[in-house]
Amino acid sequence: MLAVRDLHAFYGRAHILQGVSFEAQPGEVVALLGRNGAGKSTALKAIMGLVPPAEGEVTFAGQRIERLPPYRIARLGLGYVPEERRIFTELSVMENLEVGRQPGRSDAPVWTEDKLFALFPNLAGMRDRPGGRMSGGEQQMLTIARTLMGNPSCVLLDEPSEGLAPIIVEQMAHSIRMLKGEGLSVLLCEQNLHFSQAVADRAYIIEKGQIRFGGTMAELASDASLREQYLSV
Amino acid sequence: MSLASIIIQLLNGLAAASSLFLVSAGLSLIFGVTRIVNFAHGSLYMLGLYGAYSLIEALGRTPIGFWSAVILAALAVGLVGVVIEVLVLRRIYRAPELFQLLATFAVVLVIKDAALFTWGAEDLVGPRAPGLSMAVEILGKRIPAYDLLLIVIGPVVLAAIWLLLTRTRWGALVRAATQDREMVGALGVDQAKLFTSVFFVGSVLAGLGGALQIPREPANLDLDLAVIADAFVITVVGGLGSIGGAFLAAVIIGVAKAFCIGIGTVTWFGFEVSFSKLTLVVEFLIMAVVLVARPYGLLGKPQAVQRLAADPAPPLTAPTWKVALVWLVLMLAVPQFADRYITIMLTDIVCFALFAVSLHFIMGPAGMVSFGHAAYFGLGAYAGGLLFKRAGLPMEAALLLAPLCAGAFAVVYGWFCVRLSGVYLAMLTLAFAQISWSIVFQWDSFTGGSNGVFGIWPSAWLAGKTTYYYLALACCGSGIALLWRVLFSPFGAALRAGRDSPLRAEAIGIDLRGFQWAAFVLVGTLAGLAGSVYAFSKGSISPSTISISQSTDGLIMVLLGGVETLTGPVVGAAVYTWVRDAVARHTEFWRAVMGGIILLIVLLFPQGLVGGLKALFFRWREQRA
Repeated sequence: MLAVRDLHAFYGRAHILQGVSFEAQPGEVVALLGRNGAGKSTALKAIMGLVPPAEGEVTFAGQRIERLPPYRIARLGLGYVPEERRIFTELSVMENLEVGRQPGRSDAPVWTEDKLFALFPNLAGMRDRPGGRMSGGEQQMLTIARTLMGNPSCVLLDEPSEGLAPIIVEQMAHSIRMLKGEGLSVLLCEQNLHFSQAVADRAYIIEKGQIRFGGTMAELASDASLREQYLSV
Repeated sequence: MSLASIIIQLLNGLAAASSLFLVSAGLSLIFGVTRIVNFAHGSLYMLGLYGAYSLIEALGRTPIGFWSAVILAALAVGLVGVVIEVLVLRRIYRAPELFQLLATFAVVLVIKDAALFTWGAEDLVGPRAPGLSMAVEILGKRIPAYDLLLIVIGPVVLAAIWLLLTRTRWGALVRAATQDREMVGALGVDQAKLFTSVFFVGSVLAGLGGALQIPREPANLDLDLAVIADAFVITVVGGLGSIGGAFLAAVIIGVAKAFCIGIGTVTWFGFEVSFSKLTLVVEFLIMAVVLVARPYGLLGKPQAVQRLAADPAPPLTAPTWKVALVWLVLMLAVPQFADRYITIMLTDIVCFALFAVSLHFIMGPAGMVSFGHAAYFGLGAYAGGLLFKRAGLPMEAALLLAPLCAGAFAVVYGWFCVRLSGVYLAMLTLAFAQISWSIVFQWDSFTGGSNGVFGIWPSAWLAGKTTYYYLALACCGSGIALLWRVLFSPFGAALRAGRDSPLRAEAIGIDLRGFQWAAFVLVGTLAGLAGSVYAFSKGSISPSTISISQSTDGLIMVLLGGVETLTGPVVGAAVYTWVRDAVARHTEFWRAVMGGIILLIVLLFPQGLVGGLKALFFRWREQRA
């Protein structure tokens, strides 16, 4: 589905990604774990074309995408949910969804506003509310819903649990499992190991721009020293 | 004033407001989405007016002919906008904002000469609107029916734009892109198409604003910069990006101008106050007041920080003593070999170099872009001329006191300007320059009005062209050296810190506003020195030394040379002055040639001449290594 090979990326002169490789299979939830500044968000941005990759290959749905502009990547069915949510604050919930709307694809579930309101019931009651007047949790749901309006077959989720109340985090985990149930692939960045264990099939650990571990969640759970070395704060 | 004449002036003002609103709405829309300050927007208005004139001639002076011509002209201008976007701007969206500005200046030059070529230099008076040429009687006064129609068109277009923005997918995309265009792209929207469509709509509005004026004002070649100044003022007073605000501001300014004309000259306490002379300044006075009271305009909001921020400016490198010395010797030697013509040209270049370096100081390292830097150059020139002519001071004293006068104006103007930042600051500097210009332009008895001041020649011992060149080199050279020296002092470092991170600079105890104010006064004084030296080299001065085109010339010099380099402005001033002179001697259409050259440079060297050459040099060195 999505495969990254030896990806390098820079912010100015800082060499953030130093040759990372990982992949996600169709219908799989993969977590990219690591501390602050390890390069998780940059990896997602580089896949999406928001940070131009300096070197390496990104293959999505059988096509090389590392040189494509973001909108072309999105139209191939790769959805991106940013860390800071980046809701359009002046636009209502319905208008935010409208901006995300793209034609349906045969290889991915097709979403409508009503189907999304069933997934995120909180949003249903605030269709006309401006995005700037929503709570953090509501914005997090809206940003995922907005990306789903593009009918992606794979979603990149950047820290979906960050800064949310525990009950909303529960809901997020539930939503991600629902997406998996619909057949979507999900690649998520996380610092929250507990959350990742609740949703992911496999995990990679990234540290200082390099992949240090790749394996199933069970393998990660059984290796305390690995967690101590790369994930504990 | 009677009630009837008040109502008449009100209607006059509202009619004038409609076209102003159309142009400003287009400008605001384009700025919101693309973040480009489109200096060519006034040129599009001008094309609308000329286009309507020609199309009415072609289609006939019938109601159908007239209205088809107006609509076709607006659509044609929309297509011109699309061409500009696709051929020029689309290629430089990732370039620094100021470079995009330079590209739109170039477009202004090209369009002006295209209009000169197509329609000639004479003003073209259009027909009255067929079927609407009569006047309607209101309270015993007659008002043209066409004006009443214009009054209706403004709000109708406002409503149409509002519906388009709030009820369509396109509108949602435009508003979303205004906030975060990168995110819109990540959601699968093709930004290039969106930008092109926004440019089309914005240009149609400008073209329509122009075309609708055909029965009211003659088509002429000075409209481009006059209209862009009006449109800037209106968008800034209303609040950038706010269409409703643009309408409100257009109405306020349209009505205020109409009342100034209507009131005429009044005697208050024995003083004659000429309100009609205020017409040229009233909008800028309104803008200055609004910006100081509400820094984001009447209905505007603080600007969203754009995510596609350019990389921070690289650190400046000072020229080494060796290089500076070589240049100095060269500059001193040239007149010994060159003819009189070259010496005069070099004198011009030296004056403009100080002008450009002072502008670069404030817009580059100090981070405050000025659209009205000619104010200080021109005020310095006038101060020199008037101290010499009217106060009877010796030439040497006038020459050296003049910069202090320009500096005094900078004290006042700067106090207001440093309260703002970004585009708002740039617009306010433009406002002060225009206020200065219109005072000079209208105060016939003191400044000589549009004729300017004559007979300001240097003293006998300085009268030789070569001697005067050395004087200019000494004055302007030390000015440039002083500015460069200051940049590397703690004061200059504080200014650069304030540009890169105002909050952090203030948090470590820098009184940023105070420093910026001081910088304003410093560059104002030195631009005044450049102006004063320039005035005595020419023997006369005219209001054009304070005009918008003088300010844009300065911006072109700085941006052409490269705003991120120290020597760029000097190179820009030299190249621009020399090429302009060389081209103008061969063709009447020197502006189009200049514009074409600038566009080429913009597309080939997005870091300016010096920046581009440096990049080429480093690439060459890396390849050899």
